[in-house]
Amino acid sequence: MNTHQKTYHPYASPFDPCKPLTEKTYSTPPHLYMGFQPPNLPQFTPAEALRAGTLWKDFYDPYFNSFERAKGGPQT
Amino acid sequence: MKQVPAEYYQLMEQLQTVDFVLVELTLYLDTHNDDIEAINQFNHYVKERKHLKKAFESQFGPLLQFGNSYSGYPWNWDDTPWPWQV
Amino acid sequence: MWIYEKKLQYPVRVSTCNPTLAKYLIEQYGGADGELAAALRYLNQRYTIPDKVIGLLTDIGTEEFAHLEMIATMVYKLTKDATPEQMKAAGLGDHYANHDGALFYQNAAGVPWTASYIAAKGDPIADLYEDIAAEEKARATYQWLINLSDDPDINDSLRFLREREIIHAQRFREAVEILKEERDRQTIF
Ligand SMILES: [Fe+2]
Repeated sequence: MNTHQKTYHPYASPFDPCKPLTEKTYSTPPHLYMGFQPPNLPQFTPAEALRAGTLWKDFYDPYFNSFERAKGGPQT
Repeated sequence: MKQVPAEYYQLMEQLQTVDFVLVELTLYLDTHNDDIEAINQFNHYVKERKHLKKAFESQFGPLLQFGNSYSGYPWNWDDTPWPWQV
Repeated sequence: MWIYEKKLQYPVRVSTCNPTLAKYLIEQYGGADGELAAALRYLNQRYTIPDKVIGLLTDIGTEEFAHLEMIATMVYKLTKDATPEQMKAAGLGDHYANHDGALFYQNAAGVPWTASYIAAKGDPIADLYEDIAAEEKARATYQWLINLSDDPDINDSLRFLREREIIHAQRFREAVEILKEERDRQTIF
């Protein structure tokens, strides 16, 4: 199972004017690992699919901002 | 000011749900044109959308025009609400 | 030809009257990686691409117009009843001076849409790689918009749109695979 978020740690100078962000993240969504989609992948129900934005579970990668995550929203 | 009843939103969402499956299967079949199971699933939902279209239009007027839906009397294609207004 | 359907692709809701958000969302209306650019890019490439992928470009291009209408709906709802004072407070005073409440094909900084946002190289691989990049850039824009927005209903719609970019990128990657193949497509896995 691949992770859909990666992190890196930018160099911080003692002379940087703003408080350094020690960790930065970026998205690596599931399609990057899929290749040509094989047949018969597991599907959402139609109602779930509409909400998810995709019919296939393997492509589902919801993105939440930090406020949503702090409020206990699903983790990305 | 006349507003649409709650049923408008329910029926609309049912249609959006089935149509979304059809959009997803369409794009999938554009690159997988020999997947018979996906084609069967597609045709199944085509049938379901026909029923939903009919049910929606009988209450809330035509969804499509240029002859892709029947018209009521008087001409009701341009009745409000438009999708961005609801 | 195209037939309009009186229906949004996804039920768009807006929780709060917040014209500032509209100013940011317009990036996906008339920005370089926005939905208008996407629709016109794909539909225009259809004329000079191998037959095997014309259907895909047609369908994704058409879906982009449905996304354009979703963005328009959000902007419309966020600014519909805003007074000139509210527009000014939201940083939309300059927009108001030119357009009142009218939508305009421009990016979040007010730069009007231009055809130079769209590449059309005529080389199928170059054009499909452009499309893949465009989808990833649109996905990223939706991430930044979600980061800027505290409206839970808007974020719900933006998440839907971001997920669609993932699917579109997937299909364009498959289109490249189809055009790369030596023979008629064999199963890859
Ligand atoms: Fe897209």
